[in-house]
Amino acid sequence: MPAPTRPTLPNLPRCGGVGLKPEHFRTILDTRPAIGFFEIHAENYMVAGGPFHHYLERIRADYPLSIHGVGLSIGGAGPLDAAHLDRLAVLLDRYQPESFSEHLAWSSHNDIFFNDLLPAPYHAGTLALVCEHIDQVQERLGRRMLLENPATYVEFAASTMAEGDFMAEVVKRTGCGLLLDVNNVYVSCVNHGRSASAHLRSLPLAATGEIHLAGFAEDVDAAGDRLLIDSHGADVAGDVWDLYAEALGYVGPIATLIERDNDIPELAVLHAEARQAEAMMAALGADERQAA
Amino acid sequence: MSAHADFAAVLLAPTFQCPPGLKTWNGSDPAKRFGVYRNNVVVGLVDALADTYPVVQALVGEDFFRAMAAEFVRQSPPRSPVLAWYGAGFADFVAGFEPVAGLAYLGDVARLEWLRVEAWHAADAAALPLTQLTTLLADTQALPDTRFVLHPALRVMSSAHPVVSLWAAHQADAPEAMLNEIDMGSGEAALLLRPALDVEIMRIEPGAAAFIGRLLAGENFGAAVAEDFDLPATLGLLIRSGAIVATARSAS
Repeated sequence: MPAPTRPTLPNLPRCGGVGLKPEHFRTILDTRPAIGFFEIHAENYMVAGGPFHHYLERIRADYPLSIHGVGLSIGGAGPLDAAHLDRLAVLLDRYQPESFSEHLAWSSHNDIFFNDLLPAPYHAGTLALVCEHIDQVQERLGRRMLLENPATYVEFAASTMAEGDFMAEVVKRTGCGLLLDVNNVYVSCVNHGRSASAHLRSLPLAATGEIHLAGFAEDVDAAGDRLLIDSHGADVAGDVWDLYAEALGYVGPIATLIERDNDIPELAVLHAEARQAEAMMAALGADERQAA
Repeated sequence: MSAHADFAAVLLAPTFQCPPGLKTWNGSDPAKRFGVYRNNVVVGLVDALADTYPVVQALVGEDFFRAMAAEFVRQSPPRSPVLAWYGAGFADFVAGFEPVAGLAYLGDVARLEWLRVEAWHAADAAALPLTQLTTLLADTQALPDTRFVLHPALRVMSSAHPVVSLWAAHQADAPEAMLNEIDMGSGEAALLLRPALDVEIMRIEPGAAAFIGRLLAGENFGAAVAEDFDLPATLGLLIRSGAIVATARSAS
């Protein structure tokens, strides 16, 4: 199915952004920090009124906005939840975000919502389903979406494709963009004994519309090998910054979000990480100018 | 697409099972890794309930609350990705949960906390201008046949237990001192309002709660004033809080 005519394209500024948390609403309005953009989880704002919308309206008036869905279940086995898609359309219509993104994952099955980003095998069946769902989302919302690469803890014997090839095929068939989660690349590669650099390069990087950076938690698997959990509860790790630098080398300066959903620190801490991302983008430009 | 069904069948099962068809790069048992998903699901949903029901949690203790909430999660997982609305049935579950049968007030405390979430996220509405209200209230001819439309965030509840006092005690730094003062045998009525950005919960007379309940049900002002309570004080509270957003004359 072709992408909708004249779709809205993802258009976030090439800056560092921060995930918007209610803990920081007042600080943002009081101090107006020079943060490039904010990102919200769509589902948190699917309520009629009250303080969430009060603050979001005021913050959105002054900052670019990314709306990031966590409940559409694009990788789900059943049809998309039409009521949920309608709620998304209402939210996007109200806030006109510069970008909308969702995950290569599923979270609902037979009407039960599991509230987690669950994995699916990479094969032709899942590919057809995911593409059909993305076509439906892009048509309903009248815009191109970004699809985020997942952090996974298990792999499936039934998989016949590598994740990078799967993502590339989805991008090719649907015209969606890539939300490159560098932390997820790192977490998945540690968890599956792979080279993060090779995995990064296997993704459809030319379609990147945004990068996510976050922190992980450390565990070990049954063999005692590292098992990383995508917790969004810590600072961005050094290895992930290194991988981010490599990614910037491939995709150039691009909107980069600091995601933090647990153990949320003061806004200044997240702002400093966003500034670090911007400094790395700026250094990249300087390197290029020197080379030229 | 059996992987979805295989996962879904065991994510919320009371005993741990690992779905088939999983592999790991180092040959380690995938059960440990699948456990991450299982843990994420239950912990995430229990956290959502803890956000909605902080006073219930304080009353029974965090460990007990989390165990009780996990039982609820397994019995009644969410049907919608909008987690703000997850846990509507938790009050009934708590009221019927055998291990807390001795805490007769717990279900109603949960009901009050649920109403607080409803009030928090309810639609916005502007209060009726004061001049219009004062004109109307002075019009003794028209007033009895007038219907009051109240703010979408307004909620009212009556309980056989001191729910407002229990809730208020847990907003204080040292709840114990306030808890000791509460007469556990006395019922209370609660009014929830959102005059600005925060939800306010206050104790009101049972008669005032009944009056507001009848206004909410769409009864005319005259019919709503049925029993003895401080009507001027109640109206004053509603007006000061911006809780009257429209009026309509009934056709009769």
